[in-house]
Amino acid sequence: MTTTENTATTAPAKRSLFRSEAAQKLLAFGALIVIFIFFSLASPYFLTKDNVIGILLATAVNGVLALGVTFVIITAGIDLSVGTVMTLAAMTTAVSITVWGLPIPLGILVGLLTGMLAGAINGVVIARMKIPPFVATLGMMMIARGLALVIPAAIFGSVRPVYFNDHPIFGQIMMGSLVGKLLPSLPIPNAVLILFGAALVAAFLLAKTVFGRYTVAMGSNEEATRLSGINVANWKTLVYAVGGLFSGLAGVMIASRLSSAQPGLGAGYELDAIAAVVIGGTSLSGGEGTILGTLIGAFIISTLTNGLRILGVPQEWQFVITGVIVILAVYLDILRRRAR
Amino acid sequence: MSDILLVMEEIDKSFPGVRALDQARFELRAGEVHALIGENGAGKSTLMKILAGVYSKDGGRIIYQGKEVEIPSPRAAQDLGISMIHQELNLMPHLTLAQNVFVGREPRQGLRFVLDEKQLNAQTQALFESMRLRLNPRTKVADLTVATQQMVEIAKALSFNSQVLIMDEPTAALTEAEIEELFRIIRELRDKGVGIVYISHRLEELKQISDRITVMRDGRYVGTEDAATIPIERIISMMVGRTIYESAPEVPEEASATIVLEARHLNRGHVIKDVSFQLKKGEILGFAGLMGAGRTEVARAVFGADPLDSGEIYVHGKKANIKHPRDAVRHGIGYLSEDRKRYGLALGMDVEANIVLASFQKFLGKLGVVNKGKTHETGEHYVEALSIKTPSLQQRVKNLSGGNQQKVVIGKWLTADTDVLIFDEPTRGIDVGAKSEIYHLLNQLAQQGKSIIMISSELPEILRMSHRIVVMCEGRITGELSAAEATQERIMTYATQRRVLMAENGASEHSGAQEV
Ligand SMILES: Nc1ncnc2c1ncn2[C@@H]1O[C@H](COP(=O)(O)OP(=O)(O)OP(=O)(O)O)[C@@H](O)[C@H]1O
Ligand SMILES: [Mg+2]
Repeated sequence: MTTTENTATTAPAKRSLFRSEAAQKLLAFGALIVIFIFFSLASPYFLTKDNVIGILLATAVNGVLALGVTFVIITAGIDLSVGTVMTLAAMTTAVSITVWGLPIPLGILVGLLTGMLAGAINGVVIARMKIPPFVATLGMMMIARGLALVIPAAIFGSVRPVYFNDHPIFGQIMMGSLVGKLLPSLPIPNAVLILFGAALVAAFLLAKTVFGRYTVAMGSNEEATRLSGINVANWKTLVYAVGGLFSGLAGVMIASRLSSAQPGLGAGYELDAIAAVVIGGTSLSGGEGTILGTLIGAFIISTLTNGLRILGVPQEWQFVITGVIVILAVYLDILRRRAR
Repeated sequence: MSDILLVMEEIDKSFPGVRALDQARFELRAGEVHALIGENGAGKSTLMKILAGVYSKDGGRIIYQGKEVEIPSPRAAQDLGISMIHQELNLMPHLTLAQNVFVGREPRQGLRFVLDEKQLNAQTQALFESMRLRLNPRTKVADLTVATQQMVEIAKALSFNSQVLIMDEPTAALTEAEIEELFRIIRELRDKGVGIVYISHRLEELKQISDRITVMRDGRYVGTEDAATIPIERIISMMVGRTIYESAPEVPEEASATIVLEARHLNRGHVIKDVSFQLKKGEILGFAGLMGAGRTEVARAVFGADPLDSGEIYVHGKKANIKHPRDAVRHGIGYLSEDRKRYGLALGMDVEANIVLASFQKFLGKLGVVNKGKTHETGEHYVEALSIKTPSLQQRVKNLSGGNQQKVVIGKWLTADTDVLIFDEPTRGIDVGAKSEIYHLLNQLAQQGKSIIMISSELPEILRMSHRIVVMCEGRITGELSAAEATQERIMTYATQRRVLMAENGASEHSGAQEV
């Protein structure tokens, strides 16, 4: 310990502030604040209680989807099926409650399991059959979309939405407000609580558990992970299954939000979810990413959509602007990495 | 001493187009260091990967502690008490040192799936201390030098407390001091009864550290000898299957006076400090120094791979504005990276594509279509000239043995026809036969009027090859020697000429790393 020769010293470890991970979160968070300030100045309707609650609500479903996708992207994978799997889960929940008459908690469980099963199948196809994630989940995206149409067609003889008319309480899961009961001036819908609850669970999984550790390890260097004696195929399958579980949760949420399962809905949601993850600083090449980042990314997207709508920007242009933001966010991230 | 721990017999293994192992044999006793040597592509790594559960064997038996065993996965090998340090670095750059060392065996708390990070860091700290490594378990691997990463790999392998420890070229990236420390650890383990397999191309090391030596050639077992009694020449002839081997140092030519490349007052952070040097036409300029002296950093800066804070580079007397490797290549400068996996090769592409990669324009026909015939010819030429061991030009480079990958990189820059070639540790991980070919090649290139900068940590190599030697220490040039005046001692004196002030700086930087 006394001789300097015998020590392998660390490389210069001075991190510029711009480069550190904390800075990345600050960057995304800063962007969110800037967007908020901009819209507040641009429109008097933006920074009102109702509107902010509206933004929170609008983030809920996409946010939960993005949480699941974060795990997948950290392994250097991708999941294109989350949107339609969400729809399928909404459909199985709706059918099991309104058609089979299952109690609501069991119906919710059916939805969650649907998502998880779809994810697990993705995982097996990717990890065991060695199909690239892009292709495997593209396939699952189509399969889930098809099933979400097939199920009502088989039951009702035609493709139509399934409504929760006899179960008004089901809608309350999302739109009711526990917070509002305690603090009547703050009627934050439960959907937002569910989002934050799910985010907490996800953050715990990623940072504190073996599952999270191996997720990062696989994304950082899959071969090294395998050589360390870790069963990469099993853990990867689990990652996709967990991603699917979050899609299942999103399915239950959207069914509750709309008090119905809409069979045609869902395509395109995966892109918003992936965008949120990427804006939040998760690297598509794997190995790094945070739940907080994803959460901020999801809020950036819904805040933009909301603000632009208030300013009267047509929807077509909203897409364009969101697209530019996604590219900018990733470019900033690349600059940050290069700064080392 | 003589209880046999492990026997591998009649092991066969084929890869598409390659018979990597053909009735290979290996025996290991408890409490011995057993060196496994052979030319590049002889099958050393493959044989040991079978033992470590990475590859499955096509045929043969493994008898471990008296019983025949199957080793289907790395986990199975770990459970048997067999661990391996791989030739390629196998760490996860985004994780911390502690997270890397104990990946797969993390201490848990309360619920079975919750990590105990505190315990993890404490265990790693204790492990590092037992190895006299001053490293912070919380540092990320991406922030370490290659040499330090190698020490971490070694720490990881040690933490298994295995009965069998396989080291595949562990010293390739280490400094003398680190090698000393490694040898101390190896001897300690040997005395505890651990069987150690030691793969290395540094033949001088073998006599120092090993008890027995097994030689392989072309996937076959050649023989096993006592390390103490066998002469080096005999080992070499067993390896290459022929006795002819010239090792007489080649006398450096007098280089002409034209200055091809000149660097003036280069500075970059605290890794390059006021570095100036000149490179003449037809000269081999050796860059000596300890690992981390800043030689690679200078090379990368000259090549435009890293930005400079200040300083100027002149090529053929004209100021060159090199901001990007592209600019360097345009000015006729080529760089052979020390970390060929990361910077030197497109691993997924085949041998031919890699060889012509840096000089594609040369192979374009009238319509901008690649002239396949010409690339093929060039590929063939270099495979032969450098004796690259590959079943075909269409083999993917990642399937070549480590040493043959290095030769492909050399072929690539030779094709690019550059005037100035910077070789960064060109013979790391290369067997004796190939080494002397590469030396021969460097001399030939110099005679043809190319100018060469050779960075090497092996003093005999520097002494043998260089016309002039520049020695670096801690980012500065601390001395310059002509071939005539250079000796190992003189180089080492310059290489360790630390500034007292610098040493203190170094210490405070280190504590800086602790708080990350
Ligand atoms: N995964 C693979 N796929 C195809 N061929 C392979 C693979 N791994 C090794 N080989 C081939 O098997 C042979 C033996 O390679 P191996 O890596 O065992 O050599 P080595 O003795 O370790 O050489 P070196 O000293 O260069 O590391 C080589 O011809 C190599 O090209
Ligand atoms: Mg090898």
